[in-house]
Amino acid sequence: MTSLNSFLFIAFPYIAFSVLVIGATYRYKSSGYKVSSLSSQFLEGKKVFWGIVPFHFGIILLFIGHLVVFLFPEAVLRWNSDPVRLVLHEGIGFTFGISVLLGLTILIVRRWFNPRLKMVTNRMDVVIEVVLLSQIILGCWIALGYRWGSSWFASDLSPYLWSLVKLSPNIEAVSALPDVIKLHIVGAFLILFLIPFTRLVHFLVAPFHYIFRPYQVVMWYWDKKQIREPSTPWQITRPRNN
Amino acid sequence: MDIRSQISMVFHLDKCIGCHTCSIACKNIWTDRKGAEYMWWNNVETKPGTGYPGKWEDQDIYKGGWEKSGNGIKLKGAGKKKGLSNIFHNPHMPVIDDYYEPFTYKYLDLIESPASDDQPTARPVSLITGKPMDIKMGPNWDDDLSGTPDYARNDPNLKNLSPAEQQAMFQLERMAFFYLPRICNHCLNPGCVASCPSGAMYKRGEDGIVLINQEVCRAWRMCITACPYKKAYYNWHSGKSEKCILCYPRIEAGYAPACMHSCVGRIRYLGVILYDADRIHETASAPENELVDRQMDMLLDPFDPEVIESAKKNGIADSTIKAAQSSPIYKFVKKWGMALPLHAEFRTLPMLFYVPPMLPVMASLTEVDNSAQAEKLGDIAKYWPDKWLYDTSTEELWGTIDQARMPIEYMASLFSAGDTEKVKVRLKKLLAVRIYRRWKTVGDISEEKANQVLSDVGLTQELAEEIYYLTSLAKFDDRFVVPAAHREQAIEMIENAGDRKGSTGFGFKEGTAKRGL
Repeated sequence: MTSLNSFLFIAFPYIAFSVLVIGATYRYKSSGYKVSSLSSQFLEGKKVFWGIVPFHFGIILLFIGHLVVFLFPEAVLRWNSDPVRLVLHEGIGFTFGISVLLGLTILIVRRWFNPRLKMVTNRMDVVIEVVLLSQIILGCWIALGYRWGSSWFASDLSPYLWSLVKLSPNIEAVSALPDVIKLHIVGAFLILFLIPFTRLVHFLVAPFHYIFRPYQVVMWYWDKKQIREPSTPWQITRPRNN
Repeated sequence: MDIRSQISMVFHLDKCIGCHTCSIACKNIWTDRKGAEYMWWNNVETKPGTGYPGKWEDQDIYKGGWEKSGNGIKLKGAGKKKGLSNIFHNPHMPVIDDYYEPFTYKYLDLIESPASDDQPTARPVSLITGKPMDIKMGPNWDDDLSGTPDYARNDPNLKNLSPAEQQAMFQLERMAFFYLPRICNHCLNPGCVASCPSGAMYKRGEDGIVLINQEVCRAWRMCITACPYKKAYYNWHSGKSEKCILCYPRIEAGYAPACMHSCVGRIRYLGVILYDADRIHETASAPENELVDRQMDMLLDPFDPEVIESAKKNGIADSTIKAAQSSPIYKFVKKWGMALPLHAEFRTLPMLFYVPPMLPVMASLTEVDNSAQAEKLGDIAKYWPDKWLYDTSTEELWGTIDQARMPIEYMASLFSAGDTEKVKVRLKKLLAVRIYRRWKTVGDISEEKANQVLSDVGLTQELAEEIYYLTSLAKFDDRFVVPAAHREQAIEMIENAGDRKGSTGFGFKEGTAKRGL
């Protein structure tokens, strides 16, 4: 049991994270062509709305929620010390959990029953659907059955994650947790592991740079004005866009 | 003044016979691939008609292009705020059924079916799912007003016309239509480029061709909404957007684009035009009735020494300036003022111009004696003893345009943001050249009358001859003045020539794409 725990909570997180970093970098560097999610809105544009919107907004909020508890455990514990605020916090989290669950279910059903969408579904899409669905079901189950998650995450899990970050893993607290929660933790690392191999890569290239760029993009092969400058012809650097 | 060069086009609609040869040439070269079957980077529509995709001109549905916002402009259905907040689901994106579901037929069934009492049939199957399907719409099923109640009557351009005028258009004896070939307009203020969240779309500085970098496209799908002409397409198989590339590999090699090269009616002209890039924003933000004129003002005279000097300062090659001087586009658009952009009110400053068709000409049938003509025919010539003359002449010189068979408002809705005067001026020029040539060749019009029509529209006999030449007689090299891409410098476009010095070789810069293509 200890060796299994060591593997799942020490070795596997490091493996998953390394695979994520190396795999995503490799995929991006080798061909930017493959770094995106294959949108199916063009083949079915109506039902997708009811799935994709609750799913994305839900999962973004849940991700930020987990991240905040991981990064600022004391602040979260202080916030949770008041029962009203605690219930509010957990309630919001659970609502978004349900929104992800519903959204994902709609997306899976839509993909399953539309013959057009079957043509644009590959094996890894099915894998990631199953993993995400299990993970969200586990998450909702934990939120209901093992209260109050945000507090014990802050006090028990956040130190464990930080111990991983500091390269001195301490899995005492994690090993004592119920199996459901363990599975949820392993699921999280599994998702990290799978990112480079699935359509999930698309969130790594979320287009925030769009906000800061001017609307129009004009590209030149070469700065022609510089070419004409007789003193520089052999010092011109490579054009940026090639 | 920031002078740039743009490869620009003129389509002479009077000459278009709607044969779709351009579409086929384009399809064979560029879009005969999985996921691109439904795409027609070049398509030909019958007007009045709903077009492809259906009702693309109706921006209440598709939210394409720019709209006025205070002193400036903003994208109607995309942009930083709208685009990013709708990034998971783009509410204004057309789906494949707005174009048509691509199909083929199971031809093999004709050969391989076992013997039976009935003839085997080749059933239509979907090119997406491979399953049998009922074909509801094809790429040109609205041709020649077929299915008129479904297509022609739903044309968004009819909304400016009174019910009576609309009714008149569809009376059998007044029924008229014309063809509108469309490709990407390679706009100066492209909505697609502005809407692309990942920055995959760009306009080439050297020739103004608008392209999508397939390596950077992340399927955020905003360009499809933002292009008001619906000329950015989503490849459902590769998950990338694609669009007309103006056959840039051909252009760089000095050839005309495939659609233009193959044009049977020789309606297409291509050439360089110089413009002032500093004025783009100001022009695109102009009041609607000034849009066309302001866009024309942006295009510069390539013979003006001041323009030439600033062009050179901007690094525009002498060969490009020379090409701009002999550009048929400059002649049609600026010198003669005969061409108009399509739907200027979308504010993208399209650089594909149309010479409006003379189709609204009224015609009458009169009974005449054709026997004198018949005697001139040879023995073997086929002779129909009918006595009808399809007569397009009227007593009044401009009467034909004033009593146009198709309301001028309709043309104005397409080509001049609703200003009928701009369309009329151009139609009159077309007619003036015709009247002038009739005096020359047939002689039943007096020289005074011919000169009068020319001076009415500000033309001279020399100009009329030039217009006549470029319209009717122009050779390949007159119609397509492709500027040199300077292939001798081409290697410098890709890498530092110094690196290549003393080495030579074959091979790819990088491996071919694994997915989709």
